[in-house]
Amino acid sequence: MSTDRGMYGQVAGGGVPRAAGSGVDEVHILWTSEGMSCDGDSVSITAAMQPSLEDVVLGLLPGLPTVHLHNKVLDPSLGGDEFMRVFHQAADGALGVPFVFVVEGSIPNEKINGDGYWTSMGNDPATGEPITLNQWIDRLAPKAWAVVAIGTCAAYGGIHAMAGNPTGAMGLCDYLGWDFRSTAGIPIVNVPGCPVQPDNFMETLTWLLYQAAGLSPMIPLDDMHRPQWLFGKTVHEGCDRAGYYEQADFASDYNSPKCQVKIGCWGPVVNCNVTKRGWMGGIGGCPNVGGICIGCTMPGFPDKFMPFMDEPPGGALSSMMTTPYGALIRRLRQITNHTVNKEPRWRHNRPELTTGYNPRWPR
Amino acid sequence: MVVQTPVEQKARNLVSMSWDPITRIVGNLGIYTKIDFDNHEVVECKSTSSIFRGYSVFMKGKDPRDAHFITSRICGICGDNHATCSVYAQNMAYGINMPPLAEWIYNLGEAAEYMFDHSIFQDNLVFVDFCEQMVRETNPRLLERAERTDAPHANIHGYRTIADIMRAFNPFTGEIYKEALVQSRVTREMFCLMEGRHVHPSTLYPGGTGTVATPQLFTDYMIRLVRFLDFVKKAVPLNDDVFNFFYEALPGYEEVGRRRILLGCWGSFQDPAVCDYRYQNMEKWGRAMFVTPGVIVDGELVTTSLVDINLGIRILLGSSYYDDWENEETFVSRDPLGNPVDKRHPWNQTTIPKPQKRDLEGGKYSWVMSPRWYDKRTGSHLALDTGGGAIARLWTTALAGLVDTGYVKATGRSVEINLPKSGAFPEMQFEWKIPQWSNAIERDRARIYFVAYAAAMAFFFLDKAMARIRSGDVRTFQEFDVPDEAIGCGFHEAVRGVLSHHMVIRDGKIANYHPYPPTPWNGSPTDSLGTPGPYEDAVMGSPIFEENGRDHFKGIDIMRAVRSFDPCLPCGVHMYLGDGQVLERRHSPTLGVAAGG
Repeated sequence: MSTDRGMYGQVAGGGVPRAAGSGVDEVHILWTSEGMSCDGDSVSITAAMQPSLEDVVLGLLPGLPTVHLHNKVLDPSLGGDEFMRVFHQAADGALGVPFVFVVEGSIPNEKINGDGYWTSMGNDPATGEPITLNQWIDRLAPKAWAVVAIGTCAAYGGIHAMAGNPTGAMGLCDYLGWDFRSTAGIPIVNVPGCPVQPDNFMETLTWLLYQAAGLSPMIPLDDMHRPQWLFGKTVHEGCDRAGYYEQADFASDYNSPKCQVKIGCWGPVVNCNVTKRGWMGGIGGCPNVGGICIGCTMPGFPDKFMPFMDEPPGGALSSMMTTPYGALIRRLRQITNHTVNKEPRWRHNRPELTTGYNPRWPR
Repeated sequence: MVVQTPVEQKARNLVSMSWDPITRIVGNLGIYTKIDFDNHEVVECKSTSSIFRGYSVFMKGKDPRDAHFITSRICGICGDNHATCSVYAQNMAYGINMPPLAEWIYNLGEAAEYMFDHSIFQDNLVFVDFCEQMVRETNPRLLERAERTDAPHANIHGYRTIADIMRAFNPFTGEIYKEALVQSRVTREMFCLMEGRHVHPSTLYPGGTGTVATPQLFTDYMIRLVRFLDFVKKAVPLNDDVFNFFYEALPGYEEVGRRRILLGCWGSFQDPAVCDYRYQNMEKWGRAMFVTPGVIVDGELVTTSLVDINLGIRILLGSSYYDDWENEETFVSRDPLGNPVDKRHPWNQTTIPKPQKRDLEGGKYSWVMSPRWYDKRTGSHLALDTGGGAIARLWTTALAGLVDTGYVKATGRSVEINLPKSGAFPEMQFEWKIPQWSNAIERDRARIYFVAYAAAMAFFFLDKAMARIRSGDVRTFQEFDVPDEAIGCGFHEAVRGVLSHHMVIRDGKIANYHPYPPTPWNGSPTDSLGTPGPYEDAVMGSPIFEENGRDHFKGIDIMRAVRSFDPCLPCGVHMYLGDGQVLERRHSPTLGVAAGG
């Protein structure tokens, strides 16, 4: 949807300084979900509130460039040519405005299937043949101001790249090369999650838009190309059940509200902020609300975490080692907890004052 | 892409037109048609798909307990429906029940999913086809009339004319569009309370849930549900005003997207008092579901038995990129009741992908197979549709007359829905009556009534869950062992219709797993017997009401017909143009920037 704010009769600019930096004041977002995906990341971002999609598209964030979003799930057009035109323009270098290329879904291997194809988007106007996703990536990525992989599928391959898959699916960095750089010199930005946590993606996008406006420096990424401030901590470090781990108090089945490491939770070794941030509006999440962490943000997902409901192999040793310490701490804390659950003895209704104050009035 | 290709066929002057990909749906869909502009009719239409991911292939050999985590990833808008259905199938295979509180938590989560998904699809995707910007482009005379037509329920929803409602549908700027996005977050929060995350849940397990069942959980849900009620109470009469206006203003609009009444519903919301997940008792607990399963043929309720439904499923090829499995292993020759299971049943299917060039001229053109339901009375393989889910659920439930919870009552010819008091409105009752047609308008209308149905049932589930909590029963999970050899099946309603999962376990691993979501039913290509899929025959013969002539044609009536099925195609659909000499090929004009395009 090209959401040119001018068409709604609003006056852009006014007294508020726009894109004060050295960058651009207009950006297209070309979003394809025709990777091997479930479109769950497109759906997920409609849940975002910090910021919401409307906040970005309607230009409610001060200093943000004007955004034209082209996403199949939300596009107001009837589809076909109307929707595809901007993709063809971008591929021809005729867009005239920088664009962020967002890829959703794993990238199949189209070199292994003869005349067939695994996934496509639109037809070639000249030949009538389907244009594969891979052809679109080849055409658009080299011209993109930034390239973003949304969700674990696009980032690292994800569920469709599981052992035994027939399509040879992979992540965008595997396809384009980990040393790929966009026209702005930015590596592929990975925002993993299955699906992506809504606010994590919108916040990453917002950083990039401010960067395009010249207001933000280079986005800080870790060695797996994740935004550092979102994926720098583990699930366990943000989990409100981690206290149980410290006390070696483990759930033995899913009825228990205690630490789930012995029933399948991989939280201690997984980079994700869902336990801190919740799923939306601070609600939901994974081990914090009773759902084992299955490592869905990770490059090794899913194979390295299966079978999901068994104790992680490393977990047995570390939880065993923590048990003597944790059990002692738990016992000591129980004693202290018992003490602090009692009121001080001077709170009473007897005809005497025992608080320690020495009154001067006559008794 | 819209490509026009005039073709001479018989005496009619036909123009081939295609739209690929279709927007405002989940997944990849293209439409190829032949249109007779002189007679305002779509004459031909076929369907194909353009993505293959291979779930049934790569699930083989995996731990059966991983099945719901994996299959959730099939769909990014109703993944939780898959996870739930997979848990049902696993429960059967492992021979376990879930604690009653777990069933109520599943039901509350799934009710929130229906409320979320149906309303975001209706208001943010479907109603863009009915918005003022779109109608101005396609039917300016209709818009003029809408300006002059008072909305009958203005006193409830606050919009004076039909055109005022249409303006409120405008994308990103209209009041209803924006409000629906906000409400979609409220209902998704309700969902996350019960199932952890949207859309791939974190807290579901075979045997129950890890959701921590405290009073706070249900309070937090209830507060949001009551808030959402005001939205529903306005939306139902508002939807009625718009849809009735189309019937009145465009006589004959009932023919748009109309097809034979062939509806399937696989049932939703288990009753823990009856459901034990044993196949032998499946008819009984199927009929106890709070949405009744059933098959409707020409308006007649043919069965409400999940065993009949199960045994009747046939997966046909014909236009799909797969090799047949006739010579592959038969996994299940008889069901646990001793009934023979067909070779074309999902339990016995072996998926053998065969990528190849798309051949629209009588060859293979689709990654979607063709599920059909075998009607043993007539021996025919019926191309059932789900009508986007809601219409089939309401229709089977109404005819069966089994559901009666106080909040919802099936009468045999209608469904009564009772909503309690909310902030802006007193108690209200809505009655969904069995419509005359299975068409685009009635599919769309049913959707909002089912939102009300789900909201009403959520109150019932809350009552039941709170009663458990108050009695001190907070168990949500039942331990189990995975047997070496077992079979299981799950039946559920994804938001947009029938959902089944069939699993075979051997040596403690998945030997075969085949999920069948609604879109293969609705969006299937022509099968080996020559029967077209539901999109195809709903669009074929559909009249054109658009005021634009051929040169400015948008195809709005075709889009309304297709979107009424709530296409959800992480497996895609294309429609193909038949034989004909290509005289010219050009791009059609498109919707301008003024409509947000």
